[in-house]
Amino acid sequence: MRALTGHRATWPLLALVVILIVDGIIAPGFFAIRIVEGRLFGTPIDILYRAMPIALIALGMAVVIGSKGIDLSVGSIVAVVGATIAWRIKAGDPHFVILLTALAVGILCGMWNGFLVAVLNIQPIIATLILMVSGRGIGLMINLIYGGTDPSFESPLLQGLSVGSIGYVPTRLILFAGLFVALWLLIRRTALGLFIESVGGNAAAANLAGINARLITFSVYVISGLCTAWAGIILTADVHTSDPVSVALFSELDAILAVVIGGGSLAGGRIYLGMTLLGALVIQTLATSILMSGLPPEYNLLVKAVVVLFVLLLQSNNARDAVFTLFRRRKG
Amino acid sequence: MSKLKWAGASVAGALMMFAGTSAFAVTIGFSQVGDEGDWRPAFSKDMQEEAKKQGIDLKFADAQGKQEEQLKAVRAFIAQRVDAIIIAPVVVTGWDQVLKEAQRAKIPVFLADRDVDVTDKSLFVARISADFNLEGKLAGAWLAAASKGTCDIVELQGTVGSAPAIERKKGFEAVVSQFPNMKIVRSQSGDFTTEGGKKVMEAFIKATNNLKGICATFAHNDNMQLGAIQAMKEAGLKPSQDVLMVSVDYVPAMKKALAAGEANASVELRSAIGKYIYPVVTDYLKNPKELPKWIVIPSDLHTAQGM
Repeated sequence: MRALTGHRATWPLLALVVILIVDGIIAPGFFAIRIVEGRLFGTPIDILYRAMPIALIALGMAVVIGSKGIDLSVGSIVAVVGATIAWRIKAGDPHFVILLTALAVGILCGMWNGFLVAVLNIQPIIATLILMVSGRGIGLMINLIYGGTDPSFESPLLQGLSVGSIGYVPTRLILFAGLFVALWLLIRRTALGLFIESVGGNAAAANLAGINARLITFSVYVISGLCTAWAGIILTADVHTSDPVSVALFSELDAILAVVIGGGSLAGGRIYLGMTLLGALVIQTLATSILMSGLPPEYNLLVKAVVVLFVLLLQSNNARDAVFTLFRRRKG
Repeated sequence: MSKLKWAGASVAGALMMFAGTSAFAVTIGFSQVGDEGDWRPAFSKDMQEEAKKQGIDLKFADAQGKQEEQLKAVRAFIAQRVDAIIIAPVVVTGWDQVLKEAQRAKIPVFLADRDVDVTDKSLFVARISADFNLEGKLAGAWLAAASKGTCDIVELQGTVGSAPAIERKKGFEAVVSQFPNMKIVRSQSGDFTTEGGKKVMEAFIKATNNLKGICATFAHNDNMQLGAIQAMKEAGLKPSQDVLMVSVDYVPAMKKALAAGEANASVELRSAIGKYIYPVVTDYLKNPKELPKWIVIPSDLHTAQGM
């Protein structure tokens, strides 16, 4: 029992289960899965499917936060990546090249953030704020290159990666699994994860121990840029249009929230990739539940805030202890 | 002496004649909000092109979404003694002072697009804009005719609390409520975006067992409807055949969807509205008389049959 309540996955999982039980009660057929148009179809699949972009962004965010940094520019990077994809498709590039270009744009954005933080020593929240504010403007300017009145496009390759499926399984789930494993191996099976965590724990001490803190800090923003670019490809190809003003709006906040629900601390020094994925799933389950519930949209934000608060309270040792003490006193 | 007087009088007379015949020498200052979205840049471009066509000297100021920039621009127009000022206000409040300054300088002010909230309505001549409420009514009327007054509707709302979302919903409901067998069975916000429309429609499809019994989708803008169309296609449904699709805006991508038979109708929110705005202003300058406070620009309904 003690081991169970002590494990960090217990409380977010419990929250997820509670939300799902409520869903099962209010929306009959919530868990039904069948095959439609040659792929798995149903609300649980929707949750996984829709959680992928935020989960990708949150993985990058978890790494950045592990280094005691933060990346506010992720939503704007999605906007720039999306605008670039639409622009290059209108320009007639081969779609495979566009895929690589989109990833390169994400890496470039990450390098810019990394340069500001690691080389110029600007505080991460300010450094990434610059791209957060300007990125959507850059996206609009890219749209203007080709007129921008009709930014919708068709791309079998990119749409295949986003909304397609291999066998019965949506492609984006398979690609996410691949990226997750690759990132996990990079963080947990090489020394990089340890280096990032030690830089996040105490950069000066890490430097003295012979770790190139500057290079490590630079690299986490590049990792975040790459993960975000992949999310940008999925989101843009999903609706096959570029909408720099509103695509992935507030995704930086959802990504940070996913990391925090997953037990990450903004004080740095810890990277929990699996837990971050769990956090992203909690957020998306909640979003999908609200849509399924039939509540008027005026309640969306309020319901989300209340449930998030509940999840965070569940995780807080202090809050749990306070509740337990209260019960014990009642009994006594 | 008398000669001089005559000369003076003839110059004055000539000037008056010139002033009388020259509707084109009109100088108008136009303070635009900014250039967000697809619609507003198109609106700005049209205002500039239409001014050129009508021989109006247009002084154009882009406020980049800031009211203080708009106030600055209007004061600059007053200092330059333009003949009339058009404002596309960024917000409804905070206009009293600058409008009084314009009134003191005897420069008539017109509003385009959004409204302002002033205690003294004589501070501006008229507001010239489309009517969001009417757009909703038109969509509702089309749907009532197309469904013969029997229809379970799912609604994709715009951003919660925004004027177009509130008014389009009200207008649509005003018509739908006239028909006892028409009702909105599900309504959620897709935030005016394609992504939002697609997500909400995916959830609706699951919540209603593949839109069983649903006869129509009403979206507060085309972008959300385009997202809904994608979601339906991915679920193996046929938008416009299985479910009637009606929305507002008539953007280029919606034109394509109508032509492809994936949507049924879209109410146009016109961006080429200079041709409605300028004549009101120039006529008023020639003949200043009381105008209705709101001059409505007509909304066109485009249907797939009309393509």
